[in-house]
Amino acid sequence: MIGPDDLAALWVTLRLALISTLLLLLMGIPLAWWLARSVSRFRPLIETLIALPLVLPPTVLGFYLLIALSPSGFIGGFWQAMGGHGLAFTFTGLVIGSVLYSMPFVVQPLQNAFSAIDQRTLEAAATLRASPLDCFFSVVLPLARPGLITATTLGFAHTLGEFGVVLMIGGNIPGETQVLSIAIYDHVESLAYGQAHLLSAGLLIFSFLILFLVYRMNGTHLLRKEGR
Amino acid sequence: MNDALSFRFRMPLGNFTLNTTGEIPISGVTALFGRSGCGKTSLLRCFAGLEQAGDAYLSLAGECWHDSEQGFYLPPHKRAIGYVFQEGMLFPHLRVRDNLLFGYKRTPDNQRSGSLNQVVKLLDIAPLLERFPAQLSGGEKQRVAIGRALLNHPRLLLMDEPMAALDRGHKREILPYLERLHGEANIPIIYVSHDLDEVARIADHLLLIEHGEVMAAGPLSEMLARVDLPIARNEEAGALFDTQILQHDENFHLTRLGFAGGELTVGWIDLPVGERVRIRIHAKDVSLALDLPGPTSILNILPVTVTEMAAHGRGRMIVKLDLGGIPLLARITQKSQANLDLKPGMQIYAQIKSVALSL
Repeated sequence: MIGPDDLAALWVTLRLALISTLLLLLMGIPLAWWLARSVSRFRPLIETLIALPLVLPPTVLGFYLLIALSPSGFIGGFWQAMGGHGLAFTFTGLVIGSVLYSMPFVVQPLQNAFSAIDQRTLEAAATLRASPLDCFFSVVLPLARPGLITATTLGFAHTLGEFGVVLMIGGNIPGETQVLSIAIYDHVESLAYGQAHLLSAGLLIFSFLILFLVYRMNGTHLLRKEGR
Repeated sequence: MNDALSFRFRMPLGNFTLNTTGEIPISGVTALFGRSGCGKTSLLRCFAGLEQAGDAYLSLAGECWHDSEQGFYLPPHKRAIGYVFQEGMLFPHLRVRDNLLFGYKRTPDNQRSGSLNQVVKLLDIAPLLERFPAQLSGGEKQRVAIGRALLNHPRLLLMDEPMAALDRGHKREILPYLERLHGEANIPIIYVSHDLDEVARIADHLLLIEHGEVMAAGPLSEMLARVDLPIARNEEAGALFDTQILQHDENFHLTRLGFAGGELTVGWIDLPVGERVRIRIHAKDVSLALDLPGPTSILNILPVTVTEMAAHGRGRMIVKLDLGGIPLLARITQKSQANLDLKPGMQIYAQIKSVALSL
């Protein structure tokens, strides 16, 4: 029942989610750390920009991204000047869109986790010969583990389920930009309910399993810390 | 001075200024003593480098750690220190063993001295090694925090009221370890406290801090015997001196102590004859008489000479006495002073109601 296009969509979706999550963590961790510790007056501005995708319809973000990614746009122009081949309706464009769209889901749990760490714990590490970088990896990240897991899961899951932004900037090119959510939409449009069911149920079970695993992991972690 | 911690710090602190200059000997235990909020913890944080005063100078045995004029500042992780926080601040994600080894692992091999086993033994924490901090009592946490600081191989051990967050029972549990540390670990300790009894038990040297400034500094026994300092106004004010166990009286369960100024009879001390015992006589436990009183229940009545007097608070006096070369303090009312017509130079008798041991 599953056609080659469906398999391609699955592959694009997984690749997109994995790459986006990796980039989100690489950017989100330092950003969230800065937001959690900074007293800069620019902080509220940055926080607002990051939170915007939470309130905007995906089509708004997608529309502006489409313009920015086009060869005459801000990002697309730069990309072409650097020797790229245009970003709109490409996989790279999808990654850029996903990263921006999922950013709050990664940054906010991390920022909360970082803020909850007692400054004096970090001072204790400093008096124990740990440089700031050493302290970040040996104390901050382990202590922020639940936040890190939540951020990773939400970033991954949110990219997996994305529809609006992808449709606006990626279109529906099988094997290149067609992701599962759009493939399902196509199947429903063409009344192929059986295939839509298969893909939908697959996504549903997969998402359920990831979330369940995460909540279980965070749960046992908390229990251990409380000494039970 | 080359064998001292020399410092100068100036920085705003809430509604007053930390403005301190001084030297601390790099041996034994030095107490930073003062009321809550006097700036003693900030001074300790300056020593550790956790606080960066605008105008600062700090050197340990001639090695510069901070000199704002030269634009030099050694960050905390490059200073070989141990720091014990009020609440321990153990790393919650690490077992006790890994907490203890956190600094140890980061110490260069040639600077390491002492092992995990020694420290575990010193602090009796062997049964705790595999636990997480959340599974420890307050007193256990502090013992682990002290061990973790020791295993960092510090040249200076800084302790910020390590017992302030503990209740009385747990304090009693920690004090013997601090005293043992004083005796066994050859590391200079700077100890912040606002509890005079605690200070009297473990310190050798005292810096009195008031409103962000060093008001007075000196050897503990001298500082405790001064009547011109606010310490004398403290409820727990009193003299401190060393004695030796002379004899045990098993019938009455008493022990006789000898010192330069005479002898004292105190409750049974479970130590062999000849052992040194540091004792403290609180000023509130000493009363004065012009003549040797008649039959009395007080066991210790010693001839003394009045050397100094100062009024402290409403209607109260603190009287400094000389007991064969050893200073003793007595707190009496101003009315008593008038009744007895006390003057410096007078030979009188001190009746000592109780003696506190400071082992």
